[in-house]
Amino acid sequence: MEKVLTRNIGADKPPTDIAAYEENGGYAGLRKALAEYSPEDCLKLVQDSNLRGRGGAGFPTGMKWSFVPMGDKATPGHKYLIANADEMEPGTFKDRLLLEYDPHQLIEGMILASYTIQADIAYIFLRCEYHVAAERLEQAIADCYAKGYLGDNILGSGYNLELLLHSSAGRYICGEETALISSLEGKRANPRAKPPFPQVSGLWGRPTIVNNVETLCNIPHIIERGVEWYQSLGVGEDAGTKLFGVSGQVNNPGCWELPMGTPIREILEHHAGGMREGYKLKGFLPGGGSTDFLTQDHLDLAMDYNVIGKAGSRMGTGTMIILDDKTCAVAMVKNLIDFFAQESCGFCTPCRDGLPWSSQVLGDILAGRGRQEDMHTLSRQVNFIGAMGNTHCALAPGAMEPLSSAMKYFPEDFRRHIDGESCPMCDGGQSDA
Amino acid sequence: MPKIIIDDIEYEVEAGNNLLEACLGLKLDLPYFCWHPAMGSIGACRQCAVVQYLNDEDTRGRIVMGCMTPVSEGARFSLGGEKASEFRATVIEALMLNHPHDCPVCAEGGECHLQDMTVMSGHRDRTYRGKKNTHRNQYLGPLIHHEMNRCISCYRCTRFYRDYAGGDDLAAMAAHDHVYFGRHEAGVLESEFSGNLVEVCPTGVFTDETLVKDYTRKWDLQSAPSVCTGCAVGCNTMPGERYGRLKRIHNRFNVEVNGYFLCDRGRFGGAFVNSEKRLKFSGLRDTDGRFNAINRDVALETSVAWLAQSRVAGIGSPRASVEANYLLRKLVGEDNFSNGMNDDEAMLVAEISQLMLSGRSPPPSLKKMETADAVLILGEDVTNTAPRLALSLRQAVTHNMAAELGETLGLQDWQDAAIRNLAQNQRKPLYAIAVKDTRLDDIAISTSAMAPDDIARLGFAVAHFIDDSLPPVDKLSDRYSNLAQQIAKDLQQAAAPLVVSGTGSQHVGICQAAALITRALQQTNTGVMLSFCVPECNSLGQALLTGGEGQDLAELTVRAIAGEIDTLIVLENDLFRRAGSGQITQLLASVSKLIVLDCVDTETTSMASLVIPVSSFAETESTYVSSEGRAQRSYPVFEPADDVLADWQWLLALSRKLGKAELALIEHFDDIVDACASEVGALSGIKDAAPGADYRLRGMKIPRQTHRYSGRTAMHAGVQIHEPKQTQDIETPLAYSMEGLNGNEVGALLPYVWAPGWNSNQSLHKFQHGVGGALKGGTAGSRLIIGDGNTLTAESIPGPFHASVGEFLLVPLQRIFGSDELSMLAPAIAELADSPAVFLHPDDAIVMGVHQGDGVVIMVDGKEYHFELGIDDSLAQGCAGFVCGFQDTNNLRPGDSVCLAKAQNWQHKKPQVISTDGGSRHV
Repeated sequence: MEKVLTRNIGADKPPTDIAAYEENGGYAGLRKALAEYSPEDCLKLVQDSNLRGRGGAGFPTGMKWSFVPMGDKATPGHKYLIANADEMEPGTFKDRLLLEYDPHQLIEGMILASYTIQADIAYIFLRCEYHVAAERLEQAIADCYAKGYLGDNILGSGYNLELLLHSSAGRYICGEETALISSLEGKRANPRAKPPFPQVSGLWGRPTIVNNVETLCNIPHIIERGVEWYQSLGVGEDAGTKLFGVSGQVNNPGCWELPMGTPIREILEHHAGGMREGYKLKGFLPGGGSTDFLTQDHLDLAMDYNVIGKAGSRMGTGTMIILDDKTCAVAMVKNLIDFFAQESCGFCTPCRDGLPWSSQVLGDILAGRGRQEDMHTLSRQVNFIGAMGNTHCALAPGAMEPLSSAMKYFPEDFRRHIDGESCPMCDGGQSDA
Repeated sequence: MPKIIIDDIEYEVEAGNNLLEACLGLKLDLPYFCWHPAMGSIGACRQCAVVQYLNDEDTRGRIVMGCMTPVSEGARFSLGGEKASEFRATVIEALMLNHPHDCPVCAEGGECHLQDMTVMSGHRDRTYRGKKNTHRNQYLGPLIHHEMNRCISCYRCTRFYRDYAGGDDLAAMAAHDHVYFGRHEAGVLESEFSGNLVEVCPTGVFTDETLVKDYTRKWDLQSAPSVCTGCAVGCNTMPGERYGRLKRIHNRFNVEVNGYFLCDRGRFGGAFVNSEKRLKFSGLRDTDGRFNAINRDVALETSVAWLAQSRVAGIGSPRASVEANYLLRKLVGEDNFSNGMNDDEAMLVAEISQLMLSGRSPPPSLKKMETADAVLILGEDVTNTAPRLALSLRQAVTHNMAAELGETLGLQDWQDAAIRNLAQNQRKPLYAIAVKDTRLDDIAISTSAMAPDDIARLGFAVAHFIDDSLPPVDKLSDRYSNLAQQIAKDLQQAAAPLVVSGTGSQHVGICQAAALITRALQQTNTGVMLSFCVPECNSLGQALLTGGEGQDLAELTVRAIAGEIDTLIVLENDLFRRAGSGQITQLLASVSKLIVLDCVDTETTSMASLVIPVSSFAETESTYVSSEGRAQRSYPVFEPADDVLADWQWLLALSRKLGKAELALIEHFDDIVDACASEVGALSGIKDAAPGADYRLRGMKIPRQTHRYSGRTAMHAGVQIHEPKQTQDIETPLAYSMEGLNGNEVGALLPYVWAPGWNSNQSLHKFQHGVGGALKGGTAGSRLIIGDGNTLTAESIPGPFHASVGEFLLVPLQRIFGSDELSMLAPAIAELADSPAVFLHPDDAIVMGVHQGDGVVIMVDGKEYHFELGIDDSLAQGCAGFVCGFQDTNNLRPGDSVCLAKAQNWQHKKPQVISTDGGSRHV
């Protein structure tokens, strides 16, 4: 398979600097777009490519961009493009690879995206712990200014763009696009109610597009090589390639660029090398910490947004977390819920108070203080917190996904704790509970 | 109007509302926390959840938040269905995880919105077994008590404090279930509107510190509709009393005036009613110079004897009611009556009343001013002279801009977070022109500090740039010429421009310039507004009563010195606050008998031959005329103690004994109102301020006590075991009783708000049209000034101010805490009033060789006065600002040029701490 997003990345390659990037065809997409395409042409290309957002929700990128007021419909003032590099989803480390090893690919994608929506200021909102990426991005941005890829009159096209790097102060919720915007404005990182959508009222009340790093990295290739080529990359319903990752007790945990629609079994057994000796697969979260568990029965599904959706989970960020047979599902879920409870912004009641409540119940169950009615309480909490619309943003419903699916697939783990039987996994196994 | 379906019943609702507003407007009980009628929706608490169905086939529906869902034609909702009800009960259960079970010792108990909503949502059994989070409480000053453990994180406090009122020292801090609402460190809250946190907080996190220290439950309070006497805005209030003490003041909704909010002077200043300085018995000075307590009859007889056979003069008061001033004026005769203001101020207020009467439209209400889309403040520090108005001006320039921008995206103005995020720092233009910085500078497009003459000149220049037939201002600097043109342009482009001025700078030219600007604008725009701030609760009433005629203090002094006055009777007025001590001492020493009626001990009562104790605002009927020209009736909350009587009762008794024929038919308060209304044309509207004593609601009087008022038979059992008969109130439609009906009586009569299931102040919506609308009983007050004139005259334009070395122009500074006489007798307010009395610009201070905290000497009429000096780099250079109402600043006359020198042997007096938060009271 052709490597697209990671063509400059390899265990044996140093981080890509501007010379190496250009040498390997970098900024060709940008040159082509500025010379040949109008912003409308670029938008059409991205729409036709069927590129879907790689941050987790899988929303069609071209459609998102199309809501930005253009031409006469745009009121005078700035428009913004923001790269969401606040990668903090548990088990997810794909953007880090792109940020650290090929920063120019992101920058080129951002320039193209900015050009398409005619943004004049772009930000990279970077997770605070990504120090290495910050250094490399700063260098890359400086190089771009020096080369005329950024700043006024880019490559003589008359188009201007300022690009700024913002290192976050470190909250998971900043990955939510409207919370990210609040944070960038210097306010509390509380998500905002939609509508209005950021496309019309985002950063500083101006039209704003927030895209995931990986999404933006796709843009130069789509612009340069066209829609048909891009769609041909996928092997399933969705177009393009995707960075898939696997963490947990597998032989070869890691991150690989594979065609969209690659079967889970192939990722797990071929690329991740299968389960480590002595461990069996019990279940897995297909797309990060806020997706529903799937099990052995789902291994032959293709990693496509709709396919995984139909199976009752979400493809999310495409980075799987493996639950093995020596880990208690209750303990794993408690660990995740604690994370989400900690990262709640504290704005809406179900998330702020509901998640610690779930954590309390799970904690009691794990510690052997569980009661029969606790399963009912947990079900109530899933109903209360788990539905989109019940909460102000998607954080808490996401947090409920591993809980509700664990209750469905691994009821025995809960029962054993509540009935006071010894849990072989917690008592002698791997759990940190 | 769209029709919506709630639980299979069709309702017609207001277009553009959200569903929560619609439900509450229909008087359906839908619980909520974070939404507020004046602050809109943010969708934080998730309490007002309902189920919305996509269409007729949809049987499952989905949860939506009432406050975030616009009503639309045919929309179908379930409010009472199981799914919605269970969700709401679970929200309460989640909120209760960390809420302490301390209702019995909580100051909010009995009027707690959280209690009400918990009962309404049906949550009862607790399944949570974890520990409750606890927080450290903060000392927030003498007004607000903080008990953070009770917090349910509705964000109302910070939304009010920061977004609505512009404060920046209260914030939401930390995250997840540790969100903390407080200051960055313990300390006094800086906002002048912090007291509203008490009413905005749905539970007991922010409570009234003064109430906490002297506690009574809401249901045990006796309340009556009252009007704030703290300034001239005339906010409507609901003071509550128990055991003869005024316990607290809550906001009384008036859609035209204060809406939902009060300032801190108004809310906490009324506590002067309980002051040690209150007078309770009449006192007659004996030959040794000491006061002897005398009973009412002796006081009356003595007064009559002194008044009957002598040449008499009377001094009224702008802090006393229309009725009392009217009676005194009748008693002494128009030619012998002074309205009791300082002479400069009397002239200013008379001028202002003339400008208002000859204006093209009535003076705007606060509500109207909130619609302004360009504001010019000319020479007025509004936050300190008419605080509640400052809050309205803030809404005008911020909220209007946000709502207007929101409209372009199809957003409603209740989508508070969305429109604020959209507007960010974009505001309608507001120009703050004063002698120093003001508390509205943060929202001003431009601020300028200049001497009063220059402010007036700038104003005249603006008028000229609007209408070039008006005379230009000569020698105007380029900078101010450009500023004037910019102001003129913004005012001309606005649909509803507003000019605010007033007596704050004590400069008649400023007021005239303000009027001239509006007249110039009015030639092409009928939406122009002009508002004047005047100093006291009845300043305008006094001007209308006397029509600018009568004696001023200087004339009276001359007459007194000439021996033309034997007996002087002073009504509720400390004359030493009105003019220099020398003049007042001369005046008072020159009359042989001085009768002073007042509710508190003052320097003037100390000079009296006879002191007569009168009721405070909380114990008497009164009508005050606000700066809007709105006559408003205030009712006694409780009966005066001891020998205290209402001012009008004393004066009526005197006039009867004196046999005044024209007052012979007057027996009751209503009779005074009638007589005054028919005699004084400008006050004819005071009759309509409120209904007469014979008003009944469905045949019943309006109760001052709640139906749960407890201990009536036991309250005084420690003194007398026989239950006293409740006093019959024959003067008003209100009763000192639990009996009667508090329903949708006339708006001016609303004594308290309560509705079944709604024990907190949130029950107000049950008394309103829709929700947030006018009271069903009508809006309180009647407007006396129609404004049908249209004169456009250029006044004389003052020359520019030139600072001269060693001389300083005296300019008055106003303080919300400190400049008002009576509120300073409230310990909590006095604690906040610590400030130097005189201020200089730092450059001037360097020249004079003085520093912050030094003493300075100012020589007036050959006498030296010492003041603590403050440095203010925002003050116009060459000016010496002095704080009105502070000790000895009455001797400084605005506009005078004075020499100033460093005081030798000056010792800075440490402020006395009057109250601190001991933290020991767990309430």
